[in-house]
Amino acid sequence: MNTATGSRKLTIARAMAEATAQEMRQDPTVFVMGEDVGPLGGVFGNTRGLYDEFGAERIRDTPISETAFIGAAVGAASDGMRPIVELMFVDFFGVCMDAIYNMMAKNTYFSGGKVKVPMVLMTSTGGGYSDGGQHSQCLYGTFAHLPGMKVVVPSNAYDAKGLMTAAIRDDNPVVFMYHKSLQGMGWLGTEKGATVATPEEPYTVEIGKAAVVKEGRDLTLVSLGAGVHHCLRAAKALGEEGVDVEVVDLRSLVPLDRETVRASVAKTGRLIVVDEDYHSYGVSGEIIASVAEHDPACLKAAPRRVAYPDIPIPFAPTMEQWALPNADKIVDAFHQMMTQ
Amino acid sequence: MQPTNDQRLWMYRQMVTSRHLEERIETLYMEGKTPVFNMAKGPIPGEMHLSNGQEPCAVGVCAHLNAEDIVVATHRPHHIAVAKGVDLNAMVAEIFGKATGLSGGRGGHMHLFDAAVNFSCSGIIGESLGPAAGAALSRKMQGKPGVAVAFLGEGAANQGVFHEALNLAAVWKLPVVFVIEDNAWGISVAKQASTAVPRNDVRASGYNMPGVHVADNDVEGVFAAAGTAIARARDGQGPTLIEIETSRLAGHFMGDGEDYRPEGEKAGLQSRDPIPRYRQQLLEAGLLDEAADTRLVGEAHERVEAAIRFAQESDFLPPEAALETVFV
Repeated sequence: MNTATGSRKLTIARAMAEATAQEMRQDPTVFVMGEDVGPLGGVFGNTRGLYDEFGAERIRDTPISETAFIGAAVGAASDGMRPIVELMFVDFFGVCMDAIYNMMAKNTYFSGGKVKVPMVLMTSTGGGYSDGGQHSQCLYGTFAHLPGMKVVVPSNAYDAKGLMTAAIRDDNPVVFMYHKSLQGMGWLGTEKGATVATPEEPYTVEIGKAAVVKEGRDLTLVSLGAGVHHCLRAAKALGEEGVDVEVVDLRSLVPLDRETVRASVAKTGRLIVVDEDYHSYGVSGEIIASVAEHDPACLKAAPRRVAYPDIPIPFAPTMEQWALPNADKIVDAFHQMMTQ
Repeated sequence: MQPTNDQRLWMYRQMVTSRHLEERIETLYMEGKTPVFNMAKGPIPGEMHLSNGQEPCAVGVCAHLNAEDIVVATHRPHHIAVAKGVDLNAMVAEIFGKATGLSGGRGGHMHLFDAAVNFSCSGIIGESLGPAAGAALSRKMQGKPGVAVAFLGEGAANQGVFHEALNLAAVWKLPVVFVIEDNAWGISVAKQASTAVPRNDVRASGYNMPGVHVADNDVEGVFAAAGTAIARARDGQGPTLIEIETSRLAGHFMGDGEDYRPEGEKAGLQSRDPIPRYRQQLLEAGLLDEAADTRLVGEAHERVEAAIRFAQESDFLPPEAALETVFV
């Protein structure tokens, strides 16, 4: 870390923009396209300042035509460019998923590895601010389930910058899912823990490597994105009860770092997975299965999950906040685990 | 725009090659599928969409293209692949699913990728338009030569992506040409039952680009329309939409009983088969005589036979190779 800038803190939004700018300066094939990525700088701030430096040709506002411009990104990536394309809300995948999972994710395989599709699909996730059920979903499991695309979900600005740089340099398609509550946009509420010291010089965070963000002996909490911060708060609360909690930040869903999860649970014997995505058929089930099918004997108690109920996301704050994962629910889940 | 004599003979040769390939595939496809038709059986399993009758669309467009130009084709891709210069041996081996195929058998006949000549295709209606527009954007941004052509069927003009991609290409003035092969049928649904306009080329006006119609599956009509559109794209003047009235002389896929066709339609189409018509045109123009035609057809057939032998003699990859090339 550069000592002169070692304490410089960035929001995830600024970290994403800085990574993008640095890659664009040294690689003319990198460009950005999406809705409102130009003069506005992205609805969630992650392209702020890029238009002024690189202009309309490389920071390209698109029509509201996700099917066309994500399909176009596939064509451009296959022809030697490295597009970064934004799907403003992940919820909008419904209008353009064919371009994503049938072309972006499959063309390399269909070509026997001869056609590379080096593109980044960045998309916002998450709710908690009463934006209703079409602007608040996470859908991590939906994307991670479909083969052929890497999927990353940063929880803080350091990882966001390193993962973005790695994603841009990757020869495979990477879905970069950033949680709105971590972006550092005041109007969305801001998770302070996401704004962390971030080096100015370019660096990568390896895609496919989880991080143990807090070490502990008694319980493993596994999460991603905003959930990591709930886990850290829960770890603090449980620490006051004398419970030594380990927190694993997955950072990448594809490839999934099962080894780090298994090693942690082998040590603690207890596992709670925290996921703001829907409860069933998702990340939480996959993590528990990864442990259970490998070594069920390491578990001292049945694993638990604190995830979003299998319901569309309601508008009313009372209902939405009731449904979302939080630190209290994680603490409760641990208490229930210990009384069984 | 008139083709040169060399271009005329080139177009005829590609049509003959493509047709012979389809006729041979038709025979081979049915091996193991009689008396009971089971799509999973035989040396070529899966769906098979033959291009018989649509050859003029492929050759009239590709006559203007070089290897560096990009073509994205449809689920019915063989005639276009042949005309674009896709490696025939590797293409046929891919259709057989062999190790020597374009992608070692991971793609199959709807997913032919040959990066050497910038050819690809895909299995879902309307998927060609976005990638073609994007490849055109890539050339424009990189300042590299080359235009992109998206082939699509008339049914794809009712997909959302058709309208999104035409608008995008026009807004960004991309060097791309959209070529609709109008064979009048979306599987079993007739064009007039599915499409609000009799001709899709009129839809170009909604996207501020030229719309051109080619009647009667006319090889040189396609050549002329495509020549103008591609020259326009190369010159930086933006996209064009072309609709070609063509004919599907086979079913939607093999095994299609085609009961939906009106009585006599198929016979009428076959009597207007574009290949004998073009042959006659070339004979009358003095570009061919019977001996030259026999020689040309013989050479084309031998090329196809050699590709089929190559495919048949090739091995399959070990099954576990299925796990490779998900990522690079």
